[in-house]
Amino acid sequence: MSILINKDTKVITQGITGKTGQFHTRMCRDYANGANCFVAGVNPKKAGEDFEGIPIHATVADAKAATGASVSVIYVPPPGAAAAIWEAVDADLDLVICITEGIPVRDMLMVRNKMKAKVAAGGKETLLLGPNCPGLITPDEIKIGIMPGHIHRKGRIGVVSRSGTLTYEAVGQLSEIGLGQSSAVGIGGDPINGLKHIDVMRMFNDDPDTDAVIMIGEIGGPDEAEAAQWCKANMKKPVVGFIAGVTAPPGKRMGHAGALISGGADTADAKLAIMEECGFKVTRNPSEMGKLLKSLL
Amino acid sequence: MKIHEYQAKEVLRRFGVVTPRGVPCFAAEEAVAAAQSLGGSVWVVKAQIHAGGRGKGGGVKVAKSLDEVKQFASQIMGMQLITHQTGPEGQKVRRLLIEEGADIRKEYYVAALTDRATQKVVMMASSEGGMDIEEVAHNTPEKIIKVFIDPLVGMTDAQAKALAVGIGVPEASQAQAMDTFRKLYICYMETDASLAEINPLILEGNGNIKALDAKFNFDSNALYRHEDIVAFRDLDEEDAAEIEASKFDLSYVSLDGNIGCLVNGAGLAMATMDVIKLYGAEPANFLDVGGGATTEKVTEAFKIMLRNPKVRGILVNIFGGIMRCDTIATGVVAAAREVHLTVPLVVRMKGTNEDLGKQILAESGLPIISADSMADAAQKIVAAVAGH
Repeated sequence: MSILINKDTKVITQGITGKTGQFHTRMCRDYANGANCFVAGVNPKKAGEDFEGIPIHATVADAKAATGASVSVIYVPPPGAAAAIWEAVDADLDLVICITEGIPVRDMLMVRNKMKAKVAAGGKETLLLGPNCPGLITPDEIKIGIMPGHIHRKGRIGVVSRSGTLTYEAVGQLSEIGLGQSSAVGIGGDPINGLKHIDVMRMFNDDPDTDAVIMIGEIGGPDEAEAAQWCKANMKKPVVGFIAGVTAPPGKRMGHAGALISGGADTADAKLAIMEECGFKVTRNPSEMGKLLKSLL
Repeated sequence: MKIHEYQAKEVLRRFGVVTPRGVPCFAAEEAVAAAQSLGGSVWVVKAQIHAGGRGKGGGVKVAKSLDEVKQFASQIMGMQLITHQTGPEGQKVRRLLIEEGADIRKEYYVAALTDRATQKVVMMASSEGGMDIEEVAHNTPEKIIKVFIDPLVGMTDAQAKALAVGIGVPEASQAQAMDTFRKLYICYMETDASLAEINPLILEGNGNIKALDAKFNFDSNALYRHEDIVAFRDLDEEDAAEIEASKFDLSYVSLDGNIGCLVNGAGLAMATMDVIKLYGAEPANFLDVGGGATTEKVTEAFKIMLRNPKVRGILVNIFGGIMRCDTIATGVVAAAREVHLTVPLVVRMKGTNEDLGKQILAESGLPIISADSMADAAQKIVAAVAGH
């Protein structure tokens, strides 16, 4: 078991014909069961053609009808990315993973509210992971996104983070000390996104094949604190926490659009304090995440 | 991206928000002519820098004669204005706004921004205008009224009314205040702002509502569709190293310490800064080279870091995923040679082609210190700088 995706997941790639889409589609196809998972691409101008044997359809709805795929991954450039998300939601997919970095906040605000309005009106809920995220992986089964597959090992630890390379750092530490991962999830560095820490923590809590979790956050926004409060009351598994940005000055955007201290409770120190109070084992040393988790098992 | 007050008011006027009349000046000599063109008998001479707190720092003066306009303009133009937002070195004043005086009966606060938790636009207003809103939020949170606006619906009359009544706008002026709030919301959305703040929003003696001061931040991801706003960019107000870095698509922020760091990924870059601090030193910068670093990008990154005279050592921390460690190692070696590196350099590489990367560094003949973990790397660079 794992969360969100497994070896039987069928995936549509939106933006399969761009340089980034092509590169990562190859990498994903070549990982574990990827050849059976990546079943379709979308490009309205190239419908009927194929990308190295993966058929291209005009729309997500067509691709879904032809293949039964329930998940899509988006590499569409920023100006069209929010529309690509909506197309996948409109086609009633289960999960959309948006890798694209640099989408205007207003576009995300509109599409997120459209998604909520659709559910409120009785429509099917589509989960969104990202944008500006590395994607997610269930080791030895499937990887959807841009993470390096070879650093992962199959196992029973969950990893969730806003940052791509910091997720790889945690995964690398775990694999090195012999702890594999059930799933590793990058929720992305943007201020307006889909799945949040709390949603992924819920899934890890419910997953019988996850024994413990590393939750990594950063400065800016209320999400880590919200997740920690939920965990205090509900989480049955040990959690290691780390927050990046203790040294970040207020009011400055640190690379990620969402990584900006805007007042009081969203500093790294404040978040670390809340996480500790909620029962997480927190560390201020990002080199210690793996070891600390091992000590809790 | 930030803009000046006079530019912010120009943006507001495009959306129908009423502001005092004013004229921007780029030299002190232009101030008197500006005041004459405005007419009247009272003018305000306002320093235009991107930081807040200008009044307290002596950058805003009320002039009651043209002589005073001249005097204040020459005092303020060129001064090194120090406010709580500029840092101790202050910011040089290169532009002024000469504005007609206003008859202030009451000062309010209003701002629009995006709320991450609800994924709505929040408009907040307060009866306590003209003050630092963080202070109001801290001391008297009940004096801040908030409405959460669904972008699919827009601002409703009920929401505009709730704000106007909530902050105590007199009944006769409520319609004008509501109109201002609605226009501010539309302006916020249509310009892709990340903050649109009017502080103070004033009630004049005659009951009119006006935006007396304004501040905008814009979403840098959306600037591609706002040429008119990009034209407002004032490079004098930005950090030279950050401008240089942006030309090479490097994400860079200047900090106060003496250890430069070059990292791939924003989260890992922050964590690297943190671990430097953990071992007793301070980072000189945040620098994310991104996912597609080339030799050229790495070389430019080194040059930008080394232009900072405080830098006494450099820590490179790369988790090679899609980016391969051998590519980075080649870039680091080329960069170190090109800039004739004289400060200690610690490199920590992990991930794809790690061994090949380490081999390239070892065979380069350069005095590069190799490290295994982030902690190891931070300890080594802190020790090297201390012993240097």
